[in-house]
Amino acid sequence: MKNLWVVTRRELAGYFLTPLAYIFIVIFLFLNGVFTFYLGNFFERGQADLQPFFEFHPYLYLILIPPVAMRLWAEERKTGTLELLMTLPITLWDAVLGKFLAAWLFTATALALTFPIWLTVSYLGDPDHGIILAGYVGSLLMAGAYLAIGACVSVLTKNQVIAFVITVVICFLFVVSGFPIVLDFFSAWAPPLLVEAIAGLSFLTHFDAITKGVIDLKDVIYFLTLIAFWLYANAVMVEAKKAG
Amino acid sequence: MTAMVAATGLTKRFGDFVAVDDLSFAVNRGEVVGFLGPNGADKSTTMKMITGYLAPTRGSVSVCGLDLFREPIAVKSQLGYLPEGAPLYGDMTPRGLLDFVADARGLRAADKRRRIDAAVARIQLQSVLHQPIETLSKGFKRRVGLAQAILHDPPVLILDEPTDGLDPNQKHEVRHLIQEIAADKAIIISTHILEEVDAICTRAMVIARGKLLVDGTPRDLVTRSSTFNAVEIVLQDPALGEAVQAALQALPGVDAVSAGTVAGQRRLVARPARGVLIIEPVQTLLREKGWQAEQIRVLPGSLDEVFRDLTSQVGGEATRS
Repeated sequence: MKNLWVVTRRELAGYFLTPLAYIFIVIFLFLNGVFTFYLGNFFERGQADLQPFFEFHPYLYLILIPPVAMRLWAEERKTGTLELLMTLPITLWDAVLGKFLAAWLFTATALALTFPIWLTVSYLGDPDHGIILAGYVGSLLMAGAYLAIGACVSVLTKNQVIAFVITVVICFLFVVSGFPIVLDFFSAWAPPLLVEAIAGLSFLTHFDAITKGVIDLKDVIYFLTLIAFWLYANAVMVEAKKAG
Repeated sequence: MTAMVAATGLTKRFGDFVAVDDLSFAVNRGEVVGFLGPNGADKSTTMKMITGYLAPTRGSVSVCGLDLFREPIAVKSQLGYLPEGAPLYGDMTPRGLLDFVADARGLRAADKRRRIDAAVARIQLQSVLHQPIETLSKGFKRRVGLAQAILHDPPVLILDEPTDGLDPNQKHEVRHLIQEIAADKAIIISTHILEEVDAICTRAMVIARGKLLVDGTPRDLVTRSSTFNAVEIVLQDPALGEAVQAALQALPGVDAVSAGTVAGQRRLVARPARGVLIIEPVQTLLREKGWQAEQIRVLPGSLDEVFRDLTSQVGGEATRS
């Protein structure tokens, strides 16, 4: 497992070798500001919480997370370095988890840099810090799920743009399955159990629950299961794609 | 002595296509084995299987007595590998890349520094150590690939076309390097450059259409050439051509005589039957008949020719010498 960290370190350093990391962080912070203060009516609401901040994360991640994940494997396959990597004495899981962890840590760094918003709300009022912390935990878990999907998809193609588009589409499906408009469509004819199952697949359903301050075990398990599933698929695909 | 690398019945299919077909061989310490074959022949696929990158459809591989499929990580630690085309992380510097490979290979602290310094000095990478790899020339990229392969001083080295894209001086350096470190290692290189086999390999394996056609020393290989020990005569008087050709043909031990005109001169080549030396009877013949030869020489045989013969036969039978 010590090689997991070797892979993570190289991958993490890789983000900062290109302008990607800096551009990502700047845009991430900028958009968070725009969403929170303008679209989210942070001040007008007159409430000391970060609800308007977290509310937009599922949509923000939809656009900003796939670029973080798309290079993970697609680039290795395109340049042939996958062969270099996989003939080093590291296991398949070291590589899969190491890469995912690097992307997750990078996203966590960007998320942590939103702390001025937390400071602002603390200065202006007396927020419930437990709820805010829960929001951050939930947001990070959700980012992990987006990344796991993106990592898996990036194995499927050597083209990063294709990886980006497919990841956005899959993540979009995971978001909209919680929309009333989608659920209404199903609830008209489908048994309630199915409707609930579809709603239960959505990022929104579980993320909203967490940002309200309730870290329910079932929501945490949902995100962790999703991450585990996509990473497992990731490992299987790497094994399969080595031949081609 | 157990072989450092042993492959048994190695087979790889991609769908219906058989890329490598029941390949078995062993490589011992001190040997430099050249995989020879036409481009697109499955030298690379074989190497990918030995290094544990591709799983074979059938067959087994052991390295330093360890079974690749039971102990893949232990086997990979014993190997240094330069993949085809020397793929590298373009946005890293050679220093960063070597650092990463050293970490992955479990080298630590002082040992790690010492190994990296040694590899850098040996491959002469000092001047480009801190430039992004993607900005380096093809030759330097190949050398960075070699440096990461020898970094941990592995007992077994697998190098897929190590001199491809290098200029003649760099080729010479790389060959020199391989010879220098060969004594206590088992080295497999793949190449389609025949002079390279002659220059550094102690053994050559010709592989075409996934099958092993010949496995022998470069010397063995060249003796298969029809021009090996053949005698070439350039006549002063072109008019004598036919008479000389007929007389040569009649000599015992001469298999065939070909005639051609090169730059206005009549040139005859007498090819001997296998293993026969015909230079003396030919010289005697010329002296007795009083035919004047402008030039007479024994041909060394040509690996090119052997290679063409072997690899152009459809499904040629595997032979060993």
